[in-house]
Amino acid sequence: MTRQEIRQAIIDILADIAPDEDTASLKDDVSLRDQLGLDSMDFLDIVMELRKRYNVEVPSSDYPQLATMTSCLDYLSPKMA
Amino acid sequence: MPKDQLQGIQSEYDVIVIGSGLAGLTCANILGRMGRRVLVLEHHYQLGGMATWFRRKRGHIFDISLHGFPFGMVKSCKRYWNDDIASRIEPIRGIRFDNPQFSFETTYDRKDFTRILVERFQQPLERVEAFFDKARSFNFYDDDGTTTGQFLERCFPGRNDVHRLLMEPIAYANGSTLDDPALTFGIVFSNFMSKGVYIFKGGTDLMVGLMKKELIRNGVDVRIYSDVERVLVESGRVTGVVCNGRPIRARSVVSNANLRGTIQRLVGEEHFASDFLEKARKVRLSSSSCQVYMGLKPGESFDYLGDLFFTSTLDHFDSVALCAKDVTSRTFSCYYPDTRPGSDRYSIVSSTNANWDDWASLPPEEYEREKAKLIEDTICALERYLPDIRGKLDWIEAATPGTFSRYTKTVHGATFGTKFEGLSVSKAIPEQIAGLWHAGSVGIIMSGWLGTINYGVIVSNEVDSYLSRSNAVRATEEV
Ligand SMILES: Cc1cc2nc3c(=O)[nH]c(=O)nc-3n(C[C@H](O)[C@H](O)[C@H](O)COP(=O)(O)OP(=O)(O)OC[C@H]3O[C@@H](n4cnc5c(N)ncnc54)[C@H](O)[C@@H]3O)c2cc1C
Repeated sequence: MTRQEIRQAIIDILADIAPDEDTASLKDDVSLRDQLGLDSMDFLDIVMELRKRYNVEVPSSDYPQLATMTSCLDYLSPKMA
Repeated sequence: MPKDQLQGIQSEYDVIVIGSGLAGLTCANILGRMGRRVLVLEHHYQLGGMATWFRRKRGHIFDISLHGFPFGMVKSCKRYWNDDIASRIEPIRGIRFDNPQFSFETTYDRKDFTRILVERFQQPLERVEAFFDKARSFNFYDDDGTTTGQFLERCFPGRNDVHRLLMEPIAYANGSTLDDPALTFGIVFSNFMSKGVYIFKGGTDLMVGLMKKELIRNGVDVRIYSDVERVLVESGRVTGVVCNGRPIRARSVVSNANLRGTIQRLVGEEHFASDFLEKARKVRLSSSSCQVYMGLKPGESFDYLGDLFFTSTLDHFDSVALCAKDVTSRTFSCYYPDTRPGSDRYSIVSSTNANWDDWASLPPEEYEREKAKLIEDTICALERYLPDIRGKLDWIEAATPGTFSRYTKTVHGATFGTKFEGLSVSKAIPEQIAGLWHAGSVGIIMSGWLGTINYGVIVSNEVDSYLSRSNAVRATEEV
């Protein structure tokens, strides 16, 4: 997947997790937690969806890598290439 | 009891869940929904564990643990169960306090508590705001050794009345004391304060019934009267369980049985490393409970008394006194007809925290006498607020720590699992035995309806990951 495709994949997951938030205008370098009001259970859901949809494994020690869209893309790109 | 509860089960499962408490059911539901082959085994005749209810003649029905939970339940039920279940969660109207230090009603949220702390308790607004912000900032992974008592004293020095206001409901919500880590208080208190207290409209029976339907829709096999005697372990890896005398194979096992029971009774200490056991043996259990269930005669009612009513006759707040057999503090949960739409019944459940040891050692006759005293004292305590209640009662009975232990197999009737140190032991189990997890009330923060549901989610994620990885290994081996 290209970086752009991965970005869209993440946005699709976020839109399911935070249906009331505006995921279209996400800023890539601002924390997802702050922008979308996500809590730790939401991040767990992101991890479960990544496994289910794309067979990608994110061990709990790597959860901090999901902090912003940019860090997600840096972390996931090699895994989802 | 019908003959073969295990009739029709498959020869192997991806996951066997031992116990149908809220953590076990939620974990099973998520894994079932993901397409895993899941079997839930429950020894009791009813699902739900401590999220339970019982019926008595003349139409009485009593809920055991439906007193209140935080708003977070709505999101968790929506996401990990379904919209129907989530839509039945509603805020309670009011919480009342009455003790020698203060007496009033509140909606039990940050806004109302801020008003109360400033106006009634004369605390400066900045101090109150700072307290709320600090309480909310605690994380489960950074325990700096501060106790709840120290934290409250630092925020509101010398104000035992304020400490009581902040701590008493939490002590009932998770059995914690002033000596437990401040982070456990901060997390649970902030969960409640975000939006107040909620309950499930329709009663526990309806909720568990809807959960059972959802499990079956997701292809989960569920069996009651199915007592797991043993978790089978071969060369450090789980291979299944023995249930009702019969072995059942599984690639992974999630034990929703209490942590200590899982390690000592179900798996056996011989399968664990000695440093792990040393830690596990040190895990303290939470306190237990006593309850008195009072059902009114059909047609009788009582005036609004709040939904949850924290009462005490003790002139100051003291965690130890909360559990004492010489009861000074009681929480009355009042159930009006709208708890179960369509019903016209009123009932009251009185809860007190209790110590296992105070009750376990009683010889049978004395136990009965103490139980009768508990009932009589409870009616007397209630008469202070509802003077004519005695004549309106149709059904009254009591539960003690032994009752909880019998029905849920919980070691020492622990109401909320373990103290904080139990969480890291629970999480370390899969490092000891591949394919084995514990999910259930543990560590104070992972207890209560919301805490256990969320712990079930966390574990389901790990189990799913394990199963995916072991599938990958299988595939490579086949190549
Ligand atoms: C009196 C009381 C009041 C409470 N009030 C509230 C409240 O108002 N709000 C709130 O949020 N929480 C409340 N709680 C706490 C809450 O009910 C529990 O934290 C939660 O329900 C525990 O869920 P669990 O998943 O840990 O499993 P449990 O409920 O402990 O269930 C474990 C299940 O495993 C089964 N089991 C055990 N061993 C075996 C075996 N070997 N084989 C087969 N099955 C087995 C048991 O029968 C049981 O069904 C209360 C608890 C009590 C006791």
